[in-house]
Amino acid sequence: MYSTDGGEFLFHSKSHASKFLIFFTMMFFMSFINIKYWHYFAYLFYVIVLLLLVWATLYGIKASGSQRWINLYFINVQPSELMKIAIIVCFAKYYHRIQLNKVNTFQVMFVALMILILPIMLVITQPDLGTSILIALSGLVVIWLAGINIKYFVYSFIALLISMPFAIAFLQPYQKLRILTFLNPDRDPLGAGYQIIQSKIAVGSGGLSGKGFLKGTQSYLEFLPEKHTDFIFTLFAEEHGFLGSLGLLLIYIVIIYRVLRIGAISRSYFAKLFCFGYGSAIFFYVSVNMSMVLGLLPIVGSPLPIMSYGGSSMLATMIGFSIVMSAKINHKQSIA
Amino acid sequence: MLGENFGLKKVHTINRRMFIIGAAKFIVFTGIIARLFSLQITENKKYLTLSDKNRLREWKLPPIRGEFLDYFGKIIAGNLEVYQLHIIPEEVEDFKYLMVRLKEILLINNHEFNKIIKRKNSQKSWETLIISKNLTWEQFTKVNYYLHDLIGVKPVLSISRNYPFNENYTHVLGYVSEASQNDILNNKNIKNKHVPGLKVGKTGLEKTFENELIGTNGVQRYEVNAYGKRISQLDHTDGINGKTIKLTIDTEIQKLCNELLKGVAGSISVMDIYTGEIVAMQSSPSFNPNLFLFGINQDDWQLIRNNPLKPLVNKTLTGLYSPGSTFKPIVALSALENGIVDENFKVNCTGKIEMYGQTYHCWKKKGHGIVDLKNAMKQSCDTYFYEIARKLGVDRLRETSIKFGLGEKVLNKTFDNEKKGLIPDTKWKKNNLGKGWVIGETLITGIGQGYTQTTPLQLCLMTAQLANGGFKIYPKIIFDENNKTAEEIKSIIEKNYKNLEGKNNKLEETSQLFDFFNKKEHERLFDNSKNIKLVREAMFASTNEVRGTSYSSRIEDPKYQFAGKTGTSQVKRITLLDRELDLKTLEIPYNERDHALYIAFGPYKNPRYALSIVIEHGGSGSSAAAPIAKKLFKLIIDRHELREQARFYYLG
Repeated sequence: MYSTDGGEFLFHSKSHASKFLIFFTMMFFMSFINIKYWHYFAYLFYVIVLLLLVWATLYGIKASGSQRWINLYFINVQPSELMKIAIIVCFAKYYHRIQLNKVNTFQVMFVALMILILPIMLVITQPDLGTSILIALSGLVVIWLAGINIKYFVYSFIALLISMPFAIAFLQPYQKLRILTFLNPDRDPLGAGYQIIQSKIAVGSGGLSGKGFLKGTQSYLEFLPEKHTDFIFTLFAEEHGFLGSLGLLLIYIVIIYRVLRIGAISRSYFAKLFCFGYGSAIFFYVSVNMSMVLGLLPIVGSPLPIMSYGGSSMLATMIGFSIVMSAKINHKQSIA
Repeated sequence: MLGENFGLKKVHTINRRMFIIGAAKFIVFTGIIARLFSLQITENKKYLTLSDKNRLREWKLPPIRGEFLDYFGKIIAGNLEVYQLHIIPEEVEDFKYLMVRLKEILLINNHEFNKIIKRKNSQKSWETLIISKNLTWEQFTKVNYYLHDLIGVKPVLSISRNYPFNENYTHVLGYVSEASQNDILNNKNIKNKHVPGLKVGKTGLEKTFENELIGTNGVQRYEVNAYGKRISQLDHTDGINGKTIKLTIDTEIQKLCNELLKGVAGSISVMDIYTGEIVAMQSSPSFNPNLFLFGINQDDWQLIRNNPLKPLVNKTLTGLYSPGSTFKPIVALSALENGIVDENFKVNCTGKIEMYGQTYHCWKKKGHGIVDLKNAMKQSCDTYFYEIARKLGVDRLRETSIKFGLGEKVLNKTFDNEKKGLIPDTKWKKNNLGKGWVIGETLITGIGQGYTQTTPLQLCLMTAQLANGGFKIYPKIIFDENNKTAEEIKSIIEKNYKNLEGKNNKLEETSQLFDFFNKKEHERLFDNSKNIKLVREAMFASTNEVRGTSYSSRIEDPKYQFAGKTGTSQVKRITLLDRELDLKTLEIPYNERDHALYIAFGPYKNPRYALSIVIEHGGSGSSAAAPIAKKLFKLIIDRHELREQARFYYLG
């Protein structure tokens, strides 16, 4: 973050550092909230976030073509980021009570699907394809972990393939362009393909050990767009090279491993499902973001957890961690 | 408690599924690491270059063009410091306001103004926009005075071409002007070195030696950001100035030529008869090349273009004229060399002869009476030359003409527009006109009319080679200190002459064998030196004896004394009516008047220089062209000592 501001302690770095501090402290205190309260208020949390989403859709702040933010006076919140956590909490509670043999009944599946589809629809209309995909992935992985028969996934995948042509018709023109650009970035090197090409150049020119801290020419001469949000990894890879990137990836792997580990030792199904779900979600965030900047996936808006600039994303991540830590503190506890 | 009632199976399922996801994560992360490896390690070089290409931009500075010097080292095409006004549009906050202010201050007219706006829109915002290429001192100070109000404007000192002798060298040097799209496409060198406002040679030597003159760009390397804005200058390399080229021309003589040709269309060429150096070469009328430097304005251009005397044509090299009587020395020499006539051969001129049912007239109606070769040359008797041409035949005449430099380019590739002219023979006519040669055409060829066409410079070379005793010389306009001096060439000629004597002493075969191996320098162009001598004497008589055609233009002082031959070449066929009317030159419409020609060499005792003069539609050679030679020779001979000294001076 410091280097996105060109080595000066400016707006981005200051704001990011302060947010990190605030939210980290918040996480620390929130982790003492007993996990049973999370369980208790799970639906409420989901509903509040859902309402915030509706609020954002109706009265939200518009920025760069989409309506994602709501103004809470002291902070602008992006409810779609919070929804990433809320959906996992909600599903964890939902499946906590349901017997395995009932999971595959129509009624249970229908409710689960509704819980999932409502926020996705809202986020897509913002429009924010990246976040809605991540919400969908997080939700689906929890549903699957809860024991839904694999055949339903196969069916819905086939259905998805069939509906693909219709779905494409509903995509925003810029989203279509992004997919085309992903397939061939050189199609329009100064327009839509610019981000991918410049990002690849930045990463590639980093080499084994990188250009050095604050010496990433691609980013600091402004060839890289969105270097402080979605493309933060590009900047990191340019300045710190292959070894640095590997190190960063390792840190994420350790974090994910720790989250999963806590899930494994938790006694309550709610905590277990949440930790497993959240661990997988972090994995999705990281892998989607990295694949995107490395040109393996089309460009969709998806921040890199903790690294990327953005309060809501940081807030959501920290809430997630605080629940995980609470699970760890109370891992022997069962929830009614 | 419910939480513990979900049973072992549920836990089992979730753990199993988590394990599957864990495996999937492992695969995906491996994929990402592989991708990172391929980008950062395997293809690192490729992306590193791409990144540098992004980040570094080179600004080429205009190269400094080489200068032209005359024989005495005087700059005849140099570089002048000029005051210019530059703007980098991206650094200007309010471009519109700035332009309006500048328009007021510099009094730019609307046409100019629109042109600047157009140019601004066609280039990148970080590229320099040249508002004015040549500010006067007043404008420059005015701009500096208002500079606080003109943010983004840069008054700069730049370098531009300058021709200090104005119209004197226009046809030799040509001129430079802003490179056109064509210039850039046709010359790789220009393409590589091009910067906005670069001037390149458009005609003449400026064009021929473009690649030597252009020099190399200085380079400034900048680090730029994604928007092309300069962040920091990394380094600066000076360019190398273009080569300085020295000519063989003497500015003083060149200036006199220009003066002598004031008001008429024509040309003068002066050549050193040993070194082949062109001492002066002027075509008239000329024009001021400085007008083209910053783009010529329409009025000036129309004035030059529509001038009936055609200032744009370099008449010395591209003007084709029938040589008229200036051809007679070659006709006489050819006849002598081929043993058709000797010095005692006589013809009775009655003013005209009838041949094959046609009447051929001598210029003198009453006729010259009985004339021998010397007298026929002296008085330029046409009848005499009809007769010897008939006996000689056009094919043998052509052979001699070509030897002496007619019908071929004099300066090879030095000027891209030089013309070859035409020396006809029977074969040429058959191939090109599809008709057989007619004997009557031989007759008129004998007096330099008909198909024959020569450039003034060819006539000059021909005269020079007659003057030096009949040896080949190599004309040049570029001075090179490795060239042989006149003394060295004289001694080679001497040697070649001795070989000739050896040949006569039956050593012919060995010397011919020798010739075969060495392509001989300054080879002789004749068989018998007596013939050359005879022709030269006849030319002397023509200028220096009573009744000679250019007698009135003679100089008696042996220091300046020259020998020459007049020529009057017809532009249109003379009809019977014309002959009866016998109009004075001024009574004939300009375009139908004869061209006046004169060739000469001098000093007669020890010749060194040859010249040719052509005055288009000037009337007769003796009245319009020969008097010019008289004035010219004085200066040429007077400058001779200085010229020799200059040569030694440059050799150290």
